Amino acid sequence: MTSYLLYALAGAALCGIGLFGLLRLSHLLRKLLAFNIMGSGVFLIMVGLPQHQSGPDPVPQALVLTGIVVAIAATALAVVLIRRYYHQSGMTSLEGEAGSREGGPL
Amino acid sequence: MIRAVRTCFIALACIAFSAVLAASIWAIAGDPGQGTLPQLLSENMSRSGVEHPVTAVLLNFRSYDTLLEIGVLVIAGIAGISMSKTTSLEDPELRTSDPLLYALQRWFIPLMLVLAGYLLWAGADRPGGAFQAGAVLAATGVLMRLGGIPMDFLRPGLLLRLGLVLGFSVFLLAAVVSVIGGDAFLAYPPDMTKPLILVIESVLTLSIAMVLLALFVSAPVNDAEDPEEGDPS
Amino acid sequence: MTLWLMAGLLFTPLAWAVLTLLTDFVWGRRVTWVGILVQVLVSLGLWLTVAQHGGFYYDLGGWGAPLGIELRVDGLAVTFVLLTAAVASACGLHAGVYIDQHKPWHRYFWPLFWFLWSGLNAVWLGGDLFNLYVGLELISLSAVGLVALGGNANALRASIRYLLAALLGSLAYLLGVALIYGQFGTLSIAGVVAWLDNHSAPAGPGLALALMITGLALKTALFPLHRWLPPAHGIAKSPVSALLSALVVKASFYIAARLWLAFGESLGSLAAAQMVGLLGGAAVVWGSWLACKQAQLKQVVAYSSVAQIGYLFLLFPLTYSVSESVSLQAQQGITLQVISHALAKAAMFLAAGNLILSVGSSRIDALAGVSRFLPFSLFSFGLAGVSLMSLPPSGGFAAKWLLLQASLGSGQWWWALVLLAGGLLSAAYLFRIYRASFAENPETDQFFHPSKSLEIIPMVLAVMALGLGFVSEQVLSVMALPFAEEGAP
Repeated sequence: MTSYLLYALAGAALCGIGLFGLLRLSHLLRKLLAFNIMGSGVFLIMVGLPQHQSGPDPVPQALVLTGIVVAIAATALAVVLIRRYYHQSGMTSLEGEAGSREGGPL
Repeated sequence: MIRAVRTCFIALACIAFSAVLAASIWAIAGDPGQGTLPQLLSENMSRSGVEHPVTAVLLNFRSYDTLLEIGVLVIAGIAGISMSKTTSLEDPELRTSDPLLYALQRWFIPLMLVLAGYLLWAGADRPGGAFQAGAVLAATGVLMRLGGIPMDFLRPGLLLRLGLVLGFSVFLLAAVVSVIGGDAFLAYPPDMTKPLILVIESVLTLSIAMVLLALFVSAPVNDAEDPEEGDPS
Repeated sequence: MTLWLMAGLLFTPLAWAVLTLLTDFVWGRRVTWVGILVQVLVSLGLWLTVAQHGGFYYDLGGWGAPLGIELRVDGLAVTFVLLTAAVASACGLHAGVYIDQHKPWHRYFWPLFWFLWSGLNAVWLGGDLFNLYVGLELISLSAVGLVALGGNANALRASIRYLLAALLGSLAYLLGVALIYGQFGTLSIAGVVAWLDNHSAPAGPGLALALMITGLALKTALFPLHRWLPPAHGIAKSPVSALLSALVVKASFYIAARLWLAFGESLGSLAAAQMVGLLGGAAVVWGSWLACKQAQLKQVVAYSSVAQIGYLFLLFPLTYSVSESVSLQAQQGITLQVISHALAKAAMFLAAGNLILSVGSSRIDALAGVSRFLPFSLFSFGLAGVSLMSLPPSGGFAAKWLLLQASLGSGQWWWALVLLAGGLLSAAYLFRIYRASFAENPETDQFFHPSKSLEIIPMVLAVMALGLGFVSEQVLSVMALPFAEEGAP
């Protein structure tokens, strides 16, 4: 077992934690943080798993860099939307919607 | 009560998810690596125009990914500034005026600018590159913004929009210029590869910093309402 | 020639996104007209090229897979490129008149519109798993930006919900990509298929396929992951709703279908295929049922999308371990369903926008008496409905007919019941709208008349959806073309 595999397994744990946060928490900023935790888990798996097999591999490193930029763009957009939503409705969660019972992202 | 049961249920499901994922990772890790890709990459490094393999992948081998990724950043920037309905993205009320912060800034800002330049330059042969440099540059802007240094360019005018897309447009032009020579989209001319990548990286740094900064300062508060379709207005 | 067409196809939307960002709304509209013309010509040219010479792989930057990114330009991909050109230009032309040009933030509509178009083209042509992820994110973020554009709290809530669902879906997909790369050491779909042909299927990456398809199903709004769709599609401006329902949800389905057809036989299982099909069938019934109960016109159309998306997922059981001819029939049926739904639903949303503009309310009961004043838009709505109800000779009928044959041919007769129930239920919710609009209300006879160009565009789309049934043979023959040269590793 190499340290790379440890990273990948830690990534699996982070994915579970992030998923729990995304499904269970109702505060939008927490949901967003949970998304970022899950994203970090995915990136760890993406880098750790191939490097465990064949040593340092620049391709997944570059992929993760691209993935991070995309995640930052999405996070920043989400923060802007959430701030504006909070300003207009005074709410920090999606719950309490008229004519609909459910919360959660789905 | 129902809430607690639901939480337990979701927690169990997430733990199960992690376990299945870990088992899958373990199974895949047990197989010998199939990757011929690192070897293929090192064979083609000499034709890539840069020395650092990650930069070569980002800006040459898989440059289409990077082009679209900058597009994603620009989209976030556009959607961010479309939310603001004020003339300036910067709200004077949110400025802090702290003499200590101000004194610190006089030291930090030049240092951060130098660091950004170094990171950009280092990308050619060691870790670094446009995104890291752009992030540092944006952080400099955030510091300036928090410290209350006026930044007039941050209004949703033509200048800001030009700054947002400058890097993207240069990249796009470099991508299409090869087509005129009868080559594939995004194929750089062989003798121009290194200077082209350098130019692209420099303008990308500027634009990445601009997008991140615009997103940081946008979404100011105001009460403009847009009546929805079908609302009697 | 092909070189120029490919470059034009990739370059134009991105370049026009930049150009329209630098202009205001009115100039952006003029610039967009030129761009639409270029893009339609290029798409048509590429379609004709592939129809004559067969498909090919296009290496971006001159680096072939697995080192670089290759685009897979085959009959199916160019068919969807052409479909996108048709629907997106209709929505763009409609939006130019429909959207209020005096709101300063509406100038950002055009760059987001063009980025959305470029993302769609990237997905149709993509042959690289990670590149498809970036394309998906391009689509999701611009779609969210379009929904949220200048919106109030409700629009923002819908767009945040949409964004979170889309992000979770993309992450699940990316996790699958990470596992695939770990197992096979390549990101090219063709490369993985080649590896699977020569080796027995390993145990690990079954989860990868499941994760990718689950994530994509969430982005496609497959029941029971559909709850983000109706608010987002219902609250957006009508041209945006049309784009989202007609094209955006199809992009993630298209990737899921490509992955299933490529890896399904070796990495999938019969239970998974039946399960996905079952969820699709449930989506048809449940989505139609909810559509019958909505009070808002655009919500009915949005829930109808949930139902129509359900049909698409019948692809999974109908192509898993069945004979070659049945599988081909199912694929052709699903392709026709995608095309006819895209055309019909775009027509329907655009016509619904006209109706709402005309009566000044989005409620169905407010439509009373509109049949006297806006028969043309109502007629477009009705024609599009014919295709959704899958009555002959529409494209929807041809699609359901092929699916029916495939389900009987593979002995899975239970999917025929879904097709039947879906057709009846869609007739129920559509006739509800017709009935409301033919009711007479003596109190209201104040109707706003939208300009003629707004009324013509949905009519053209609806006629195309209807006429698809007549030309389905030709469309399908291009789709099934073999590759001219094997460029894949």
